[in-house]
Formats: sequence, C-alpha cells, structure tokens
Amino acid sequence: MLAYNSAKTNINNMISSDLSIILSYLKYPLDVNKILRKKKLIKKYLLLNDNLIKKNIAILGGSTTSEIKNILDLFLLKNGIKPKFYESEYNKYYEDALFGNDELDKFNPDIIYIHTTNQNIIKYPELKDTSEDVDMLLSNEMQRYKSIWNSLSKFDCAIIQNNFDYTEDRSLGNLDCYDIHGKTYFINKLNDAFSLNARKMKNLYINDINYLSSYIGLRYWFDQSLWYQAKYAISMESIPELAFNINKIISSIFGKSKKCLVLDLDNTCWGGVIGDDGLDRIHIGTETAISESYTVFQKYVKELKGRGVTLAICSKNDFENAKEGFSHPESILKFDDFTSFKANWNPKNSNILDIAKSINIGVDSLVFIDDNPVERDIILSQVPSVSVPDVGSDVVEFIAHIDRNGYFEPISIADDDINRNQYYEDNKKRANKQATFKSYDEFLVSLDMTAKIKSFSSVYLDRITQLTNKTNQFNLTTRRYTTGEIDAITLSDEYIKVYGKLTDKYGDNGLIAVSIGRVENRTCHIDLWLMSCRVLKRDMEFAMLDELVCKCKDQDVSKIIGYYYKSTKNSMVSDLYEKFGFNLLERNDEDTVWELDITNYEIKNKFIGVEND
Amino acid sequence: MTREELFDGVQDIFRDIFDEDDMVIEDKTSSDDVEEWDSLNHINLVSAIEKEFEIKFTLKELSTLNNVGSLIDSALEKLK
Repeated sequence: MLAYNSAKTNINNMISSDLSIILSYLKYPLDVNKILRKKKLIKKYLLLNDNLIKKNIAILGGSTTSEIKNILDLFLLKNGIKPKFYESEYNKYYEDALFGNDELDKFNPDIIYIHTTNQNIIKYPELKDTSEDVDMLLSNEMQRYKSIWNSLSKFDCAIIQNNFDYTEDRSLGNLDCYDIHGKTYFINKLNDAFSLNARKMKNLYINDINYLSSYIGLRYWFDQSLWYQAKYAISMESIPELAFNINKIISSIFGKSKKCLVLDLDNTCWGGVIGDDGLDRIHIGTETAISESYTVFQKYVKELKGRGVTLAICSKNDFENAKEGFSHPESILKFDDFTSFKANWNPKNSNILDIAKSINIGVDSLVFIDDNPVERDIILSQVPSVSVPDVGSDVVEFIAHIDRNGYFEPISIADDDINRNQYYEDNKKRANKQATFKSYDEFLVSLDMTAKIKSFSSVYLDRITQLTNKTNQFNLTTRRYTTGEIDAITLSDEYIKVYGKLTDKYGDNGLIAVSIGRVENRTCHIDLWLMSCRVLKRDMEFAMLDELVCKCKDQDVSKIIGYYYKSTKNSMVSDLYEKFGFNLLERNDEDTVWELDITNYEIKNKFIGVEND
Repeated sequence: MTREELFDGVQDIFRDIFDEDDMVIEDKTSSDDVEEWDSLNHINLVSAIEKEFEIKFTLKELSTLNNVGSLIDSALEKLK
C-alpha cells in the first residue's frame, strides 16, 4: 500500500517531459519492452488526461487475450478513448457470439473485437480430399464466421475481425501455397472470403494480421512455448504491435483519424535548400538516389491526397522561392495540391495554428513532418495536440512514420467515384497484363511509351554529366565530360545536344539518353552517343536519332558522321550505326567511322510518342 | 553476471510489472505472497526476464519455476 502511495506522489510531481517520453513508447517505432514492462505506470500517466470518451469494447477470443486487452487499453487511452472491457472466457468466442450471455448483453458493446487466428481453424484439407471436399471445408469454416457476424449484428456495433496469419510450418513446402491441400492455400482462400464479406457487410472491419505477421516476421509472430504454457496464439513481443493495429481501427471508427498532413519544404519535400541552391539544384526526380528518395516520398503524399487527406506547407522560406520549388518539372506535388501554404519567417507554432484556422479543422487533426528536430520540438512543446512523429532527418524513414502510426487510417473510402475510377484503371491494367503478345512490336505498343527529347537544359546538367561518366555499355565513344564542359556545350551554338527521357505505363525511367553532335561545314560529328541499359530494346535510340536528324536539318546540316571507339565494355553497340543505315567510311583495327546522308532520311521510331522542343 | 546482479535485475522487473517502486523480493517470495502474481502475470514476469537477460526457458524448466529463487537459479544456469 505504501508503495502505491509513493507512486501516486511521483505522478503528481511529474513534469510534462515524462509524459512525452511515455507517449513516445506508444509511437512508431514502438518500444515493445517498455510497453510490456511498464504498462501499469504508463496507464497511470495516461489517466491524468480527463478529456476522454468512454467506450465499451468486448473482446471475444479464440485464445488468451489478457495481455492484448491490457496493452490495447494504453493505446486507446493515448488516443483519448477510455475503454471498458468485456473479455470472453478462454476460447468462448463462438459460444458468446451465437448463444449470448447476460453479461455480454448487459455490457452493450460499442465495439466487438474477435481475436481468432490460424489456431482456430478447425479442419484443414487432407491429401485424400477432392477439390469439392476442400470447397466444403472452406464453406464450413466460413459458415461459422458468417453466423458469428450475423448473430452479433443484433448489437448494431462495429465488429473487428482478425483475418488469418500463416502457419509457420508448411509440410508441403512451397507447394503449400498452390496445391489445394496446402494450409497456406486454405488460409489465403479464407482471407479472400473474409475480405469479400467485409466489403459487403456494414460494420465489419478486418484486422489484417496476415499483413501484420509478415511485417513482424512469422518467426517472431508466434511463440510455441507461450502457446503451450498460456495459450497465447501470438508472441509476447508481438502483442503491442497487434494492439497498436486494433487501436488504429477503433480510433478511426470513433473519428480520431487525422485530416491534414503539414509538411516542411527544404530537405523534406525535396533535397537541398531552394533559397540557396535554386530550382536547378534541389534534389527531386529519378536521376540520383537522393532525388529518387524525395520523389518516392512525394508520391506517397500524393496518394494520401488522392484519398482525401488535406495537405499543407509550413516552412521558413521566402514565399516565391517556396512556390517555385513545386514548379520543378520532376516534382510530383504541385503548388495547387496544398490547401494551405505558409512559407514565411514566422515561428512555425504560430503558422501551424493559422493553418488549422484557415482549413477550419482542429489542431489535433494535424500531423507535422519536418526534418529539423528543433522545429519538431517547438511544435511538440507549444502545440502539443499536433501529432509530431520523430521522423529523424532521413527522408527514407518519413513514410514509415506516417504509415505505421496509422494517423490517416480510413475505415472506408468515402467517395464512390474514387473506387470506380480505380476499378476501371485496374481492370485496364489487368487486361493488358493478361494479353499475350504476338510479336515484340505488339509488346512495345502495349508499353504506351512517351519520351521527352530536347536540348540540354540547366535542370538536367548534373544528371547528364553523371551519365557521361558512368555509362559504359551503350556508349559509342566513351567520352567523359566534366560539368563545366557540359555547361559550355549547352551554351554553344556549335553543338547539337539532346537528352532523352522515357516514360512507360510502369512509370518514369528518368533521363536515360544523351547525344552530342559537333557541327562543322554542314556536317555533324557525333562526339557522344549513349543510353542507359535500363531502356535497352525499347527503340529509344531510333527516337533519339530522329530528333538529332531533325535538329541537324534545322541547322542546314546534310551529313552525319558517327564514330565507334571500341572499349572493353561497349561491343553491344559496334553495329549501331550499321543498324541506323549509316555507310562505313573507315576501319582502324576495331574502331570504325560511319556516314549518313540525311537529305532523304525517313523517321525510324514507330512506338514512342515524342515531345520535343 | 553474479547472482546478486541478476537478483537486482529481476527485482527491477517485479517492480515494473507490479508498478511498486520499492517492492522487495526474496528467494522464497512466491505467488502466495504477492496478490497480483496470478498465472497471467507469471507469464509476463517470465517473458520480461527472458527478454532482459536474452535467455529462453524450456517448457520443462518453466514448469518448475514457482518462486523467485527458482527463477533466478534457472536463469543463472543459462547465463553461465
């Protein structure tokens, strides 16, 4: 008793920094050990918040659920929900659901969570079973759950149902996933049927433990010893992740999901500082590893926007500079994507309040992403109801902090039109994939390729220089250039210089081809002709040649001279000029010189839609 | 690791799980002495000890762990 009193005094004396440390255990990445060991202390802290809504949550378990309940309690309290729990007797989920009992009836649940796992599958197929037998087993298993859901619908409340995790052992090995007698196959079928029912049945939500167990790793997800000892169908260390996941669904059902993602700009939306580096030098696009990482982040943000998350900018920047960043040709996000755009030199805590006000939502609906820990601290301490994940400074980590924390967990996609459009698009893709191609030409057509082939521009100088220095195979002369040289060529009228970017239905391949020709006496000498091997056999080289010829004609050039200088790696292009229809002029050992008269040149590219200058 | 160090670590775990900052345990302390030490909390204690000291008890060992002394002796055996 004495001990309890002293703990209580400690809490009264606590300072808010203790609370923020404790809250951080319950954010991605979860501090699983702290949560399990200190759950009683954590709960005391969380109960200090008196602004909690009360909800009744019934847990119907097919295995032990005690610790799941204890940890779920913490996550819900953190999200402002004070749960009262009903817990079924061990493995009485079916009986409770179908036959009811007074206690559960009186409990009047707001949420029913059904914690079943593969341990609750009654009968898997046997090797002697026919395909009809297997269908019957599936149907029996499904019938049990359908009757549970139907019977529980009398409570008119949300039902959260686990789908199934895989079993760790697979006696059929890899065959287990496609032979009709496999457990993996059986579980996949059941999960599909669960999904189908959840789409049709109002109030039925799937807790996707099939995903969760693979995220954690099946090896860690289930603990045989704990199963035999205490009939937990999940390892102790996975319980916080499971509870975290259930909490995301419950919080979303009670309208606790966030609505607006607030982003910093420099080193968050793009690499570099727009005010110092300028539009040409910020990192965004597919040309380097760093720029690609920012592009992927922008794509994720755009996906969130597509399903209804509001976007805002909160940045210390000059407004015009900040806005210009989104005019970068490679930027996925555009200025218009943001509902509120605060780029100025005011403190971020005052800007973030303005953002909430201008969008007309509560500050507790905001999630703030900033690579700068100082700015994060300011928001955390000054506007504590804003969610501020500790994203660190590496953009590679940002998505996980938004995604795993479940800030924007939707319970359904509200707009039917989004569904419909998506469906049509998916179907189109599928149809394309299913088609088999009668010829390679047909395959090329199916790729829906479009290219931008244009004269060098300052935005791409780094990528062009980089390509000249690292491309070895599809490179006719293997000439290396410095940034200064490329810069000079860009500005000089003496050169015809084009880059090529290729996009197909699978995405953007980025800038992948470069050609440089030097014009002298109505003749164009090709100093450099290279292409990245990512786009081999796409006919991109023909599109490049067409464009080069077109530019030559503009400058009244009548003849093109091509050079092939043999290196240890470029034999794949020794006959490129021959394929292009050039005539051999000279041969020195394995080096060759070629000539093409372009007066009657015919366009060679048939498959790529080209945008040029 | 000495038995004393291990004992201190286990005592910390008891304090955390039962949230009693000045809880004192002895070798002979068993579930009879601590009201909240039920079968479910027993599992939580054992799991926390396994995690903290990076050991894993076998099912056979688990069936013999009925007081603090036996928990510590069994863990010590694994750490040797």
